[in-house]
Amino acid sequence: MSMANFTVPTVTNSVGANETLTEKVTVKDLDFFYGDHRALKNINVSLYHGKVTAFIGPSGCGKSTLLRILNRMYDLYPNQRATGTVRLDNDNILSPSQDLNLLRAKVGMVFQKPTPFPMTIYENIAFGIRLYEKLPKSELDDRVKHALARAALWDEVKDKLGANGQSLSGGQQQRLCIARTVAVRPEVILFDEPCSALDPISTAKIEELIDELKEDYTIAIVTHNMQQAARVSDFTAFMYLGELVEYGDTTKIFTTPNDRRTQDYITGRFG
Amino acid sequence: MNEQHTTKAFDADLQDLSRMVAEMGGLAEKQVADAVDALAKRDTTLAGRVQSADAAIDALQQEVEEKSVLTIARRQPMAVDLRDIVGALRLANDLERIGDLAKNIAKRVIALNAEFPPPKLIRGVEHMTDLVLEQLKAVLDAYARRDDSKAMAVWRGDEEIDAVCTSVFRELLTYMMEDPRNITFCIHLMFCAKNIERMGDHATNIAETVHYIIDGNPITERRPKGDTTTIPALSGAGN
Repeated sequence: MSMANFTVPTVTNSVGANETLTEKVTVKDLDFFYGDHRALKNINVSLYHGKVTAFIGPSGCGKSTLLRILNRMYDLYPNQRATGTVRLDNDNILSPSQDLNLLRAKVGMVFQKPTPFPMTIYENIAFGIRLYEKLPKSELDDRVKHALARAALWDEVKDKLGANGQSLSGGQQQRLCIARTVAVRPEVILFDEPCSALDPISTAKIEELIDELKEDYTIAIVTHNMQQAARVSDFTAFMYLGELVEYGDTTKIFTTPNDRRTQDYITGRFG
Repeated sequence: MNEQHTTKAFDADLQDLSRMVAEMGGLAEKQVADAVDALAKRDTTLAGRVQSADAAIDALQQEVEEKSVLTIARRQPMAVDLRDIVGALRLANDLERIGDLAKNIAKRVIALNAEFPPPKLIRGVEHMTDLVLEQLKAVLDAYARRDDSKAMAVWRGDEEIDAVCTSVFRELLTYMMEDPRNITFCIHLMFCAKNIERMGDHATNIAETVHYIIDGNPITERRPKGDTTTIPALSGAGN
């Protein structure tokens, strides 16, 4: 797809007309390869501070791949490479000199399946903090409490911080993972289908949480649930076959999208 | 666009809605034609039939509402599908109102009983009806074919109906001033004319909805207006 067809996000509806958007993450001319296979083609997109950007598209369209690039997760695997630039503020995170530990502290990720460590609830949170900071016990306690509170889990677990993290329900485990992400004070949080394994109540809690978290962080969410994307995001990007087909204000994408493919996808007419 | 949804039943739901709205449109057209026919032919039996036939339109409107709510709840429609359903709801509402206005004309035919105005006066009302029926037919056709340009033509074409309404109003006013005994049937006739003029407004509403279904955006241009009855009403009455 040619550059001319990209839609620049229009600042309307969900975004106040006078509000200035600050680019937190800027993806420019990004290509990604799994060996010889070109999985992402010339992606240009921005994530804005204090805003939620949703990535939607059919399976295999490259949305999770894009998310994995934003914290260089792909570095863990051989034969995968990215070209182009991805800037977090002013740093090109694709640069070989990028400190990956630091990057992953700045760009946290929550996965589809809750992944609590096989340790206590307290340790699940404290573990990440200890990797980056040496804190006295009392301060560490405060940070754990704050992270759990931020993830709306504190009230439910405050009396059993010593219990195993894996003993929690699915929804609680996912919030524990969010708390773990928040604990290391990231700037960007990536959610890769965070609710697909959860019941509607837990889903609603996570959505509420995303809404609260966006005040302090830049958030990207990959979801197959169109209604969820429409509910939680300010901007939406529709991807198809490795291309970014349309990117713009969420209200516009879900009511009057510009591209026929976007319309076919969101109305369930694909293929 | 792919015409079909992956879920075939969703297509069936949307088709059912369109079909019901089209059926309502057909019934409303017939009601309008019959009501004015009854007025022109002084046929109170036909007027009675128009009165009782309105229930069918009301029932269909309710069906459209129920089906729309159910489809929204079941399918969580987005974009054009959502507009299709919201459009069906709005259309059903406008068509139901047109049915009510036709029924009101029928009631007046019965109320007039033997006291009928001269055919010359009814001609203006008949002319208005022809124009409105043309508009209604065109807009329902635009809906069935999802034809935006045709809908927009209807939207712009309301001016003439308004103009004829104004001239009917003037004519009736003269008649009433000539002889106060004419006032009763002239008032009834004036309401009939106003009802028909209102139907024209509903036809333009429908045109706006059809445009919204297809385009997704409201119309931004200003609609030409031909109804000036409120202004000459004062000057014509000698105030």
